[in-house]
Amino acid sequence: MTEEIIIAGFGGQGVLSMGKILAYSGVMADQEVSWFPSYGPEMRGGTANVTVILSESRISSPVLNEYDTAIILNQQSMDKFEHMVKPGGVLIYDPNGIIHPPKRADINIYKIEGTLIAAELGNVKTFNMVVLGAYLKAKPVVKMESVEKGLQKSLPTRHHYLIPMNLEAVQKGFESLELVQAV
Amino acid sequence: MGELRLMKGNEVIAEAAIRCGCDGYFGYPITPQSEVMETLMDREPWNETGMVVLQAESEIASIHMIYGAAASGKKVITSSSSPGISLMAEGISYIAGAELPCVIVNVQRGGPGLGTIQPSQADYFQSTKGGGHGDYRLIVLAPSSVQEMNDFVELGFQLAFKYRNPAMILTDGVIGQMMEKVVLADYIPRLTDEEINEKYGSWATNGRKANRQRNIITSLEMDSGRMEKNNIRLQEKYTKMEEEEVLFEEFRCEDAEYLLVAFGSSSRICQKAVDLAREKGIKVGLLRPITLFPFPKKPIAALAKQVKGMLVVEMNAGQMVEDVQLAAGCAIPVKHFGRMGGIIPSPGEVVEALEQKLIGG
Repeated sequence: MTEEIIIAGFGGQGVLSMGKILAYSGVMADQEVSWFPSYGPEMRGGTANVTVILSESRISSPVLNEYDTAIILNQQSMDKFEHMVKPGGVLIYDPNGIIHPPKRADINIYKIEGTLIAAELGNVKTFNMVVLGAYLKAKPVVKMESVEKGLQKSLPTRHHYLIPMNLEAVQKGFESLELVQAV
Repeated sequence: MGELRLMKGNEVIAEAAIRCGCDGYFGYPITPQSEVMETLMDREPWNETGMVVLQAESEIASIHMIYGAAASGKKVITSSSSPGISLMAEGISYIAGAELPCVIVNVQRGGPGLGTIQPSQADYFQSTKGGGHGDYRLIVLAPSSVQEMNDFVELGFQLAFKYRNPAMILTDGVIGQMMEKVVLADYIPRLTDEEINEKYGSWATNGRKANRQRNIITSLEMDSGRMEKNNIRLQEKYTKMEEEEVLFEEFRCEDAEYLLVAFGSSSRICQKAVDLAREKGIKVGLLRPITLFPFPKKPIAALAKQVKGMLVVEMNAGQMVEDVQLAAGCAIPVKHFGRMGGIIPSPGEVVEALEQKLIGG
């Protein structure tokens, strides 16, 4: 099994951290992983994306031109990555800020109201964890216990008191994924 | 067995330097390798192993601090990215001329000039053919994974000390910025002053002891006859490297009819391209030079007798392709495919180029 994922949105949404926690979760489940970010002058408000690959075998290219799953968190990323999902693949998006919803007829499309749910949970910073939960519902590539271990490993000890809140967000996202189109 | 971690390539360079018993790092920040010094400053190795970490006032100062420390037999490393390496070129030539060991890491970005901060492999010529002035060579190692970023730090030092010659780890923004699993090396203790004297006392300027001749470190020699002898000695060293230190890796070459040749991050992209092309029924393999100097001429010459053509894939306008053409000879076509300016070619593009440039053409 190899899962090739692009996570794309605005800087500040937690795109890179979400990828990092997913990668750590893969490590905890004894998978091969790679995490390759768009790096450079990106910052809060600019675009940010990260390619994460989880696999049972050695990973070749960390850079890809098509993906099993695209997690799309703003319109620019939708424009850039919708056509790069493999036929039969998965596209998950947060409709907040999306003017042109995905049009592809040959992929599975899901929605997650990440922005709304994070606000309801009382901490908008948990947005990326809500989206991660939704992704794990669509693609159960790692178990929830690996996510917990991944959070422990990737967060500095001084932030460990935030883990329960993050796991709650992951759980909420997991329960809130909406299917838009199945192929 | 070492510790398993998920780390960026740049962070691993720092960690590997601390663990291999490095005495000092001197550098100046530049994207996309600033995490090297950030990690070192965060780890505070001066408290743990006594390793010195110093942010110099410039790249030129950094490389001359390396020159001085290496002259005293210390195990020292610096890192930079393309424009910074150009600034260091004078010092690198002096270090090669004075025959001193050190490791220099170049996390390449797109040029020329200030260029871009995105990944590139356009410093192949600079690293393997010179960069600075004079007839010198660097030992050039090209890691293609975060694990090799770890492994090549100590390997670089071993080769540098074996030949008393600077070694370069030539990598780029892809490997520097990406995170992968890595098994970190076990700690090697730093050498004590007595150990340095015992191992390198024949040349290091570490304080003259009684009954020992004066060691003089210099690249200057005003007498042409003696200077030519120095050059001949250097050339003999480089020939020995070519005979003994070549490293490369072959991937699915056994039955290959076509060959991709790529180093570093491009070789990772090409591995995927090989798999994609084979799904289409094209029998293609990959040869990855691990040492760019000394260059793996012999395996390329051998494969030139087996395959119908070679495609050299690099993130530049065509640099290593010249060495592949020299090694392969004229019997088969050797073509180049590259992207420049920070654009990373995708595996799909490589397959397309293979079909257009070799199979169709």
